Amino acid sequence: MTPSGSIGRRLTVLLACVAALLSVLSWSMVSSFARQAAERTQDNILAASATTIAEALRSEGDEIRLELPYAAFSMLGAISQDRVFYHVDVDGQTLTGYSDLAPDLETPAPGQISFGTVTYRQATLRMVSITRVVLAGADPVPVTVSVAQTRDGISAIATDLSRTAALLCVAFFVLAVVLSAFVARSSLNQLTTVAEAVARRGPSDLRPLRDRAPTELAPLIQSLNRFIDRLGTSLRRSEEFITEAAHRVRTPLATVRAQAEVALHSARGDEEKGRLRRMIRAIDESSRSAGQLLDHATVAFRADSLAHDAIDLAVIARTVTSALEPTAEMKDIAIELASETVIVRGDGVLLESALRNVVDNAIKYSSPDTTVRIGVSADGAQAQVRVVDEGPGLGAGPFDRFTERFHRGDNAEGVVGSGLGLTIANEVLVAHGGHIVLAQNEEGRGACVTLCLPLASGLA
Amino acid sequence: MRHVMFAIGVWLGLTASGLSALEIEERKRYPGTSDAILRILSTADLAAFEPIILRFQTERPDIAIDYVVASSADVFAAIKDGEDFDLVISSAMDLQFQLANDGLAKPYISDATSALPTWARWRDLVFAFTSEPAVTVISTARFAGLRLPTTRQELIAVLRENPERFAGAIGTYDVRVSGLGYLFATQEARSSDAFWRLSEVMGRLNPQLYCCSGQMIDDVSQGRLAIAYNVLGSYAAQRLEAPEAQGMQILELEDYANVMLRTALIASTSDAEAAAGAFLDVLLREGLREDRGQWVLPPLRSQADDDALSFGPIRLGPALMVYLDPLNRRAFVESWESAMEQQN
Ligand SMILES: Nc1ncnc2c1ncn2[C@@H]1O[C@H](COP(=O)(O)OP(=O)(O)OP(=O)(O)O)[C@@H](O)[C@H]1O
Ligand SMILES: [Mg+2]
Repeated sequence: MTPSGSIGRRLTVLLACVAALLSVLSWSMVSSFARQAAERTQDNILAASATTIAEALRSEGDEIRLELPYAAFSMLGAISQDRVFYHVDVDGQTLTGYSDLAPDLETPAPGQISFGTVTYRQATLRMVSITRVVLAGADPVPVTVSVAQTRDGISAIATDLSRTAALLCVAFFVLAVVLSAFVARSSLNQLTTVAEAVARRGPSDLRPLRDRAPTELAPLIQSLNRFIDRLGTSLRRSEEFITEAAHRVRTPLATVRAQAEVALHSARGDEEKGRLRRMIRAIDESSRSAGQLLDHATVAFRADSLAHDAIDLAVIARTVTSALEPTAEMKDIAIELASETVIVRGDGVLLESALRNVVDNAIKYSSPDTTVRIGVSADGAQAQVRVVDEGPGLGAGPFDRFTERFHRGDNAEGVVGSGLGLTIANEVLVAHGGHIVLAQNEEGRGACVTLCLPLASGLA
Repeated sequence: MRHVMFAIGVWLGLTASGLSALEIEERKRYPGTSDAILRILSTADLAAFEPIILRFQTERPDIAIDYVVASSADVFAAIKDGEDFDLVISSAMDLQFQLANDGLAKPYISDATSALPTWARWRDLVFAFTSEPAVTVISTARFAGLRLPTTRQELIAVLRENPERFAGAIGTYDVRVSGLGYLFATQEARSSDAFWRLSEVMGRLNPQLYCCSGQMIDDVSQGRLAIAYNVLGSYAAQRLEAPEAQGMQILELEDYANVMLRTALIASTSDAEAAAGAFLDVLLREGLREDRGQWVLPPLRSQADDDALSFGPIRLGPALMVYLDPLNRRAFVESWESAMEQQN
């Protein structure tokens, strides 16, 4: 399976993108609010200044008098160092101030304040005008007071605030990214929980998943359960098939063998008897071969998903011994079992089959009136099952080939067998992370076959 | 409009036009080793300014300097008319402010300008390099037997109680003539109502009106005046050091003191900004020096001026334009005249 990117990363990146978008958005909003607030402040100050001047207007006889109030100008210098321009217009003529200051700006109605942005002497000015009607003698005269100021101060304030806002937004973004990563990880933890629940299961554990899982994972779990179900069915079918096949092959062979025995008893001539004996032998070989082939298939099948049960090798050894005792007795062979509890992890069925094949060989190839010794022991981190016989031994030369399929030794002539026994044993041990050691018995004649496999960790 | 009396062409700031008659009081050229020339228009007399010019030339011998001295009003009018000067130095901070506000100054930024306290500069256009308080100088002999007043209230009382002693012996600026006198008077009128009462009292005692601090101090030292009110502290201090100034002393008035900032700006028409900037840096470094040092003009802040400075210097800001407005000027001068010229 090639991973197609990480959900966690994608989630984090997406959340980070959202955070970035929100950061930029809030920065631009804060910046524009800051600018607006600064502009409004300036407008208010300008309006206050113009109003103060307008209120200082008075008439003396026919003459309109004005003494600019100090406060009107000092307040303009209070928050910024902006250039200031002003103009007082009496019915279209300049009373005082900069006479060329925005001449075509509309004069507001009396009592009204008008705001505007004008360009004057290469500078952009914010200008406020206010009109007041003053009585000059008997005539009401409209007087317009305009006060204007450059906008550098508010620009500086707005830029300053905008920079602060930018810093805050970057901090907010970083925090959001960290939180996103955290959130992504914690939501994906539930996925990991399910994955771990699946991984923890033994190979033969084919129960459906029942763990509590978030709704989003329900479809996945459903499909997983359906898959487990199908797998269970197909496993059962294979097992049934193997049993069935063994049965199918052995039953007719048993029938044929029984018939041949009957025929052997009623046979007269030596030639005929000999032919029937050879036939029975061939049938035995076939039956043995069929059995071993099926065993071998079982090993291949079970080794694929090896069980990790705790197995006591002493128990296995006892089972095998008692199963083969009758066969040994027929040849007057004694089986001595020296065992201690040695726990390994693995598949009991397979380990039993491996040991049975080895002990079977020891009995099969030994001459009558001998002893087969089975020893189960633990040595360091390794468990050993040693099977020693007093038979002819394995002969000279490399023993490796005995574990090859269908390879039989020279001493096997006249002994029923298929040449798969050690292959099966070897494959079982390899599947359990162990190996098989074939050797000559050091004390005198006979073979010594040792099954080595790792001890179950954490268990005695 | 027949109802309205307009200020037409009165105000220097708004309606300046035509040729300005720049009345040069002093002029000196300091040759340099290259063609570069820096034209300085200033209100400070050569005697006070020459040390700085020479110091500048030891740093930058390549730049020639043409130093022109004129009155503050003339300086203002000349720059307003676009006369070709690079650096403008004036004691009239209101007029300097007006020039900068009206766009006739060029911005300049350097280490020296950044080192200035914020109250000593405006928009990187106007830079203060001295702070000079207005002080009152008295003739010790004329005050013999009197307790020296420490506030303007007490000064008023002393003048009122001794009319025969002070009649014709009070000197102050003629605000109609002197820009600096007008600035001091307006700022004082703004900060205390004692100013008008003092003016009333002075007006009854036939005050002598002057254009300049120097003459006032001269007359005190020669016994013609008992009091010189509102003279430039820097000039007074310089004169008091001289041996013939035995009979003079500075009257410490504790209620308040006006502190004027002497300022410089680079004219917008200048084509020698680099040289002007370099000179400005020298000037500002001089202004930021810690001790009074050798130069006659005081630094921006010095130990001696700290008392006066605690009132704060006159603020460089648009409020300075208030009293430059022709209507305000007319009104102020009218009030001042009626207070000062009761017997004339
Ligand atoms: N204990 C033994 N003593 C002597 N020879 C042995 C012993 N065990 C195995 N062999 C030799 O190794 C060969 C391979 O053994 P293996 O068990 O694989 O086959 P098999 O016994 O011939 O047939 P089967 O599949 O029926 O066991 C045997 O044919 C025999 O020659
Ligand atoms: Mg065998």
